[in-house]
Amino acid sequence: MVEVSTPVRWALRLAAVAYVFFLVAWPVALVVRQTFSNGLDNLIEAFQDPHVVNALELTLMVAFWAVVINTLFGVTISILLVRYEFPGKRLLSALIDVPLSVSPVVVGLALLLVYNGRDGWFGPTLEANGLQVIFDTPGMIMATCFVALPLVIREVVPTLTEVGDDQEQAARSLGANARQTFWRITLPSIKWAVIYGVVLSLARSLGEFGAVKIVSGNVTGRTQTATLMVEAKYQNFQQGTAYATSFLLILVSIACLVVVAVLRPKHP
Amino acid sequence: MTSALAGVTGAAAEPASREGRRPRRSRRATPRNTLTKGAALGLGVTMVWFSILVLIPLAAIVATASENGWSQYVATLQNPQTWAAIKLTVGQALLVTVINIVMGTVIAWVLVRDRFPGKAILDVIIDVPFALPTIVAGLVLLALYGPNSPIGVHWANTERAVFLALAFVTLPFIVRTVQPVLEELESDVEEAAASLGASRTTIIRRIVLPSLTPAIAAGAALSFARAISEYGSLVLLSGNLPFRTEVVSVRVLSFIENGNTASAAALATIMLAVALLVIVVLDIVQRRVSRRG
Repeated sequence: MVEVSTPVRWALRLAAVAYVFFLVAWPVALVVRQTFSNGLDNLIEAFQDPHVVNALELTLMVAFWAVVINTLFGVTISILLVRYEFPGKRLLSALIDVPLSVSPVVVGLALLLVYNGRDGWFGPTLEANGLQVIFDTPGMIMATCFVALPLVIREVVPTLTEVGDDQEQAARSLGANARQTFWRITLPSIKWAVIYGVVLSLARSLGEFGAVKIVSGNVTGRTQTATLMVEAKYQNFQQGTAYATSFLLILVSIACLVVVAVLRPKHP
Repeated sequence: MTSALAGVTGAAAEPASREGRRPRRSRRATPRNTLTKGAALGLGVTMVWFSILVLIPLAAIVATASENGWSQYVATLQNPQTWAAIKLTVGQALLVTVINIVMGTVIAWVLVRDRFPGKAILDVIIDVPFALPTIVAGLVLLALYGPNSPIGVHWANTERAVFLALAFVTLPFIVRTVQPVLEELESDVEEAAASLGASRTTIIRRIVLPSLTPAIAAGAALSFARAISEYGSLVLLSGNLPFRTEVVSVRVLSFIENGNTASAAALATIMLAVALLVIVVLDIVQRRVSRRG
């Protein structure tokens, strides 16, 4: 293995650490410090604001449903992509990746064009049947599902490929039906990949901003999620509350990272 | 081929090993359709959901943009404010991608080949921009580079704010694509080169860098795609000043808010086309790599 000379090694090390420190570590630390600049006042004040509590509850609810839907969809599509052959498979596996490179604003616009109640493609029909999508929770869940769609699939597909289908075939030859094979063989073998995908999806879903902003209408106390709350509070010069809400979001996302970092080595 | 899906990061990294394992079964002619009845039902249900959620809405954008033919695109692009936004976004995204190519490779190198206390922490911090909500990313950068900056750097509402936000959100891409490739790189090739008298710079230039190039390219494409579509982190940081710090996403949003759906859809279609281009390029790069492997 090529060894670089000591001064070069130190220079590279310093460059890497300094870049990450100034771009990520210090700014994040500053926000955490500002949250606690008056002790716990900012956090207490935030939790006493009914709008903040409402936003946090809404965020959890939207993220929960988005993660559930994406996990079911993701595991199904991963198994189909890895274990079966069908026409259009390559195209499908390419299309799955599209949500990762689409701007959140474009996601919002796309859903708006189809589901808005005034002149959307399906919106008026759905609203006539009592289902309001845009400016309500279903639209927010859909927007969140859209942006986090590939995350579970991207974790499960490589694991499923790696594991192979020898055990599944053995189970089937011993008389297990499809359901037994899935619950007893397939699911346990991809368990960690699914959990990892769920954690990533959760982090992404809790933090979605742009797409949700467009489809939710951003109504304080009704369709305002935690990230939208941060923007509103900051622009209203209630920076203490904005910092406190951000701190909670930072805490959750770093917790997700730590969970992932702990899980990862167990299934190399 | 599943290599296109092999993780945000591992994509370019793994094909070599995977391809090596595969041939024993898949080289035999596989039937084109192996769906069982249950699997076909599953495929049907997921495809309906995928269409409702992704395909039809994206088609609606293209359809809305195309209602007035090409003139809609021309009119949208000729708007000087939109054009300024496109120039700013593409320019800053390219700049950030170049910085990422250098710094991302350096960080990946340090994480794999160097050993020092606190390296594990550095490794976790790299992922923070992935996990942090974008609006919080903006707030966080504002704390160090905004009006109350403890180091006296006031970059808020300038072009540099756009650069900072894009650099923040795209930091992990190249690090995480290059890192696994660097880890799997066989050291015997480097040792062979060294034993034949190659200098360190020659080894790095002729052996290490060429094997990293596909991963760097894949990461660069992802980071460019992410940079041109960024919105959330810019909201608080850049001030969204027309002609100065307004990016394309913000422009699309203001079209939506003004009820100018046709222009919003036209600009969104252009962004979609760029995203699609990036995906195609990535796919080509990955397939070329896996063929070589």
